[in-house]
Amino acid sequence: MYVAVKGGEKAIDNAHRLLAETRRGDPEVPELSTEQIREQLTLAVDRVMTEGSLYDRSLASLAIKQARGDIIEAIFLVRACRTTLPRFGYSVPLDTGSMTITRRVSATYKDLPGGQVLGPTFDYTHRLLDHDLEHETEIEEAPVAEPVQGDMPHVLDLLCEEGLMEPPISPGDDPETEPGDITRDPLVFPVDRALRLQSLARGDEGYLLALGYSTQRGFGRNHPFAGEIRLGSVSVEFVPEELGFAIEIGEIDITECEMVTQFKGSKTTPPQFTRGYGLAFGSCERKAMSMAQVDRSLRAEELGEDRVAPAQDEEFVLSHCDNVQATGFVEHLKLPHYVDFQSELELVRRMRREQEETMRGAAE
Amino acid sequence: MSTEPASVPDPGYNFAYLNEQTKKMIRRALLKAIAIPGYQVPFASREMPMPYGWGTGGVQVTASILTPDDVLKVIDQGADDTTNAVSIRKFFRRTAGIATTSDTETATVIQTRHRIPEEPLSESQILVFQVPIPEPLRFLEPRETETRKMHAYEDYGLMHVKLYEDISQNGHIATTYAYPVRVEGRYVMDPSPTPKFDNPKMDNCEALQLFGAGREKRIYALPPYTRVVSLDFEDHPFEIQKWTEKCSLCGADDSFLDEVITDDKGGRMFVCSDTDFCSKRQIGRQEAAE
Repeated sequence: MYVAVKGGEKAIDNAHRLLAETRRGDPEVPELSTEQIREQLTLAVDRVMTEGSLYDRSLASLAIKQARGDIIEAIFLVRACRTTLPRFGYSVPLDTGSMTITRRVSATYKDLPGGQVLGPTFDYTHRLLDHDLEHETEIEEAPVAEPVQGDMPHVLDLLCEEGLMEPPISPGDDPETEPGDITRDPLVFPVDRALRLQSLARGDEGYLLALGYSTQRGFGRNHPFAGEIRLGSVSVEFVPEELGFAIEIGEIDITECEMVTQFKGSKTTPPQFTRGYGLAFGSCERKAMSMAQVDRSLRAEELGEDRVAPAQDEEFVLSHCDNVQATGFVEHLKLPHYVDFQSELELVRRMRREQEETMRGAAE
Repeated sequence: MSTEPASVPDPGYNFAYLNEQTKKMIRRALLKAIAIPGYQVPFASREMPMPYGWGTGGVQVTASILTPDDVLKVIDQGADDTTNAVSIRKFFRRTAGIATTSDTETATVIQTRHRIPEEPLSESQILVFQVPIPEPLRFLEPRETETRKMHAYEDYGLMHVKLYEDISQNGHIATTYAYPVRVEGRYVMDPSPTPKFDNPKMDNCEALQLFGAGREKRIYALPPYTRVVSLDFEDHPFEIQKWTEKCSLCGADDSFLDEVITDDKGGRMFVCSDTDFCSKRQIGRQEAAE
C-alpha cells in the first residue's frame, strides 16, 4: 500500500546526526583540531578563504573541519557566514609593490631588481610519497635569508617605463569611477574589467585552471608568460569616516600574478605587451595564474581579437565560475521532481500511443 | 492538516534571517516587479544558508515580505512534507518564529516549488515561487545580452517557432511544465517549472504571485487579477493534462495526480500531488460516510 512521504522532518534530523557521527570517524583516533587544520592544511585554508571571499583563517579551518574536508562545501559555509556580516566600507587599494615578499619569481627575466625568491614551493620537489610523514616527524629548521623589505618594483612596471607594456589601467577603464561590487549588485552583461576580476577572484580554481589551460592548447591562444608571481603579506588600510585619513587595520597574505601577452597592435596602438591579472588570498598560486590567463583572454573584445573560444566568452566564463552556485544547481537535481516527471511521463506515453496509431493506420 | 503557532525566533538572527537593508533592497525589486508584471528585475541576491537551486530566491522573497503575524505554508511538488519543504519551513520557524500551517486556506504566505495549490487562493494571500531559470527564452538563446534585447523589442518569434516545430513534429506542443505564458499581452514569462496543468490558475488569480530566482538574481511578479495567457495557436489551443484515473485516496478526478509505483510488476496507483487538498477531501468523504 502507498506510504506517503511523511516524516521528512524526523528523517532530516536523523540524517544530520549520522552526518555528525560520520564526520568524527573512529572515536579511538584523536579529534582533528581547527588549529591543526589552520597550521597544517594551510593551502586548503587559503583556497577556502579565497573562494569564500572572506579572509579569516580560523573560520576557514572550522569550515573545512565541518565540511569533512570537502572544499566546495567549506567555501559554501564561509560564504553563508559572510553574507550575515555587516559591511563597514571599502579598504584603500592594496599596494602590492610594498609587499613583504615570501616568494617572487619571474619567468621573463633571469635576474631583476629585488631578485628571484623561491620561498616555500612544491616546484622542483620530486613527487615521491614521503613515508616518513606517516609518523610525527622532527622538521629541520630551514635557513632563513634576510626578509626582502621595502619596495620591490613590479616586473611589468619595468617594461612599462620603456613603453613596451600597456599601462596597468586599460584605456577603457576610468580610474575615477568607483568599481562596482558583485556582492551588492547583480552582474549585468556586458561587464567591465573590475567586475570580471571580482568574479574570477571568487571563481572555482579547477574551472579557471581548465579554462586557462584551454587557451594554452589553442582555444583562444594568447601566448602568456608569467611576468611575475609574488606571494607575501601586505598591509590593509582603511579610511574611517570620522578620521578622514587612512589607518592600517591589519596585514593579509596574498598571491599576485601578472601574465604578459604579446599584442600585435592596432591602427592607434603600436605593438606592445598586454596584461592579465590574478589575485588570491594566502598562497593560491595555481589559482592566481589561471585567473590571470582567463582575465587576459576575456579582454579579447577590448583588444580587437576574434572571440572564438570558450575562455574568451565573458557570459560563459563568468556565469559558470562560481562553484557555490554551480554545486547548488547541479545538486538540486537530487530534490524531488515528481510533478515535472509525471508531466513528461504522460507526454511520452501519449506520443508513443500516437505513433503506434499512425503506424497501424499506415499498415492498414 | 496541521498548524503550529508562532514561537520565539532565534535571537542570534534578525527577523527572518536577512538584515533590514537587504530586505529593503529586495522589497524595492519586488515593487518594481509588481509595477511591470512579468518583467525580470535583477536584484543583488545574497548567499543563503541553503544551496543555490534549492529555493534561495523564494526564501529571500519570503524573508523580505514576512511579518510576525503571518502564517506560512511551504510546499514542494504540492506536498507539505517533502524534505526540502520541511527544511525551509523549519528555517523560518527558527529565524522568524512565525506560525506555520499545511492548510492552504489559513496560510497568508505560501512558498512553493513546482505546484500551485488546487484550492483557489484569495486576495489576502501571497504565493511565492522558487524559480531555477527565470528566462523563458534561455533554452532558445543562452545569452543574457540577447534575451534582454528580445524582451525589450517584444521579439518572441523564436518562441513561436519552437512551439510550431513541436506541432509539426509531434502534432502537439511537447512542453509539459515551465510552459511559457504571456503576461498582460506584453512579457513572455516562465511560470517556473510548474506543470502546465497549473497555468490557468495563474490567470486572473486573486492572490499576489511573486517569483524569486536566487542563483540567477532575478525577481518577477504577477499582481492580483493579472491576465496570464499560455502561448498557443488558434488551431492548436492550449490544453492541460488529463488523467483517465482518479486519486486512489480521495477520489478526485480534477486534481494533478502523481503516479506511485506499488510493485515491480507494473502495478501503480495515482494520488493527488497536493497533499492538503487530498487529506481535506479524505476527511470530507469519511464524514459523509458516517
